[in-house]
Amino acid sequence: MQQKLTLITKEQKAAAGGNASCCGPAAAGSRDLARDLLCCPQAGTAAPSWVTGAAPSPAGAVPRISSAWTAADAWGMVRSRTGAYRMRSTVPPGLYALGEPGRDSDVLVTANYKLSFDILRRELRGLAAWVLVLDTKGINVWCAAGKGTFGTDELVRRITEARLSEVVSHRRIIVPQLGAVGVRAGDVQKSTGFRISFGPVEARDIPAYISAGYTKTAAMGTIRFPLLDRLVLTPMELNPAIKKFPWFAAAVLLIFGLQPTGVLFQEALRNGLPFLLLGLAAVLSGAFLTPVLLPFVPFRSFAIKGWITGMLSVLALHRGAGMHLPGGAVVVAAAYLFFPAMSSYLALQFTGSTTYTGMTGVKKELKYAVPAYLGAAGLSAVLLLVFKLKEWRLV
Amino acid sequence: MRYLANVTTLDYRAEKCAGCGRCVEVCPHGVFAMQEKRAVLTDRDRCMECGACAMNCEFGAITVSAGVGCASAIINSMVYGGPPTCGCEGTAGGGCC
Repeated sequence: MQQKLTLITKEQKAAAGGNASCCGPAAAGSRDLARDLLCCPQAGTAAPSWVTGAAPSPAGAVPRISSAWTAADAWGMVRSRTGAYRMRSTVPPGLYALGEPGRDSDVLVTANYKLSFDILRRELRGLAAWVLVLDTKGINVWCAAGKGTFGTDELVRRITEARLSEVVSHRRIIVPQLGAVGVRAGDVQKSTGFRISFGPVEARDIPAYISAGYTKTAAMGTIRFPLLDRLVLTPMELNPAIKKFPWFAAAVLLIFGLQPTGVLFQEALRNGLPFLLLGLAAVLSGAFLTPVLLPFVPFRSFAIKGWITGMLSVLALHRGAGMHLPGGAVVVAAAYLFFPAMSSYLALQFTGSTTYTGMTGVKKELKYAVPAYLGAAGLSAVLLLVFKLKEWRLV
Repeated sequence: MRYLANVTTLDYRAEKCAGCGRCVEVCPHGVFAMQEKRAVLTDRDRCMECGACAMNCEFGAITVSAGVGCASAIINSMVYGGPPTCGCEGTAGGGCC
């Protein structure tokens, strides 16, 4: 590996006219990527751990990548699954070499979202292949294909730029099945001569797909949504809801603490606390329990599923755990109206993360759900107003 | 898991099918199958309107109003106009991708 690194450096030094710095003017073609990653990565940074050297190809040196994950890769996955860091988690687009690929090795296309790239190279362990990374702005294959960034034009551009027709002697290329949303295979073939095989849905099935002669079983071509897949998505459901929670908490404390003479803090805490707990329960039931228990909560509508888990959580706290709500029936009614609706709203957001909800269906849900949410919120506000007026002995 | 029935905008015209099998290859929910060298619809309600089949049918046999089945994307498009897209940019922390 060290040898290859040196090799590249010398090569580039020569290209740059024997200059001490290897960062001369960029040469055309895929040679740039190997140079950028190995020879002169961004000032002060080392080459990424997943690049192990450079592989020769008829179209110039190509960065060689490892299928091994380092602790940094694993930590990157955790961060991508949980927070906003995900948008900055990218790999440079272009052609890479995994193992010792030759003129007849397969070409696999992926997105430049680091996690997509990492999963692909991990699953290709032991294989020799070319990996062509499209610039999807750090977004995974399926979402990027929906936007069109993982698309026909970008694929054609990358095939041309990497001089793929010189790198390999065959004319077949494997695109992830979910990329078909953005890639028109016929057009790619007309423009580049490469015939697309849409591979399996999951990267883990690629070795079996290849050894079966580029055919997939029905299971390999079908997307599922098992418990673990739903579970790993929940942090990104909880995260935005929790971020908005301080606003909700401030509003609750203000409503319950507000007196004609000012805001009484003790009053706010004592009377507001049950509402804060109910709010937390609604967040948990809508953004966590509903996604996790998805197939077990009755009805197909996400709005109804979320309402059910939300109602159960209010019942569990109020009737089950005997939570005391201040102010009698009006406040109880407000709680039973508002919190199941809040849970329902959050559950409906999960339609954006599922693998099976369509746009027309979600639109249909929203047609009924949005007026219901506005109604529930408005009515709860009126009920709380009645409670406050009574409290202040104005009615 | 199944979503709402009878909502999909998927439309398939078998008479235009040339039997290339691309729709079967790309549909992630097995909505199409090959039968006697023609594609047939198996379970239309499983369609999630991703648009992969229509995109890759060179014979114009399939149409579907493709889009993201994502509530916040659709709400955003209702409020701000434009087509619903998976809103990763601009909506801090609220992205669904």
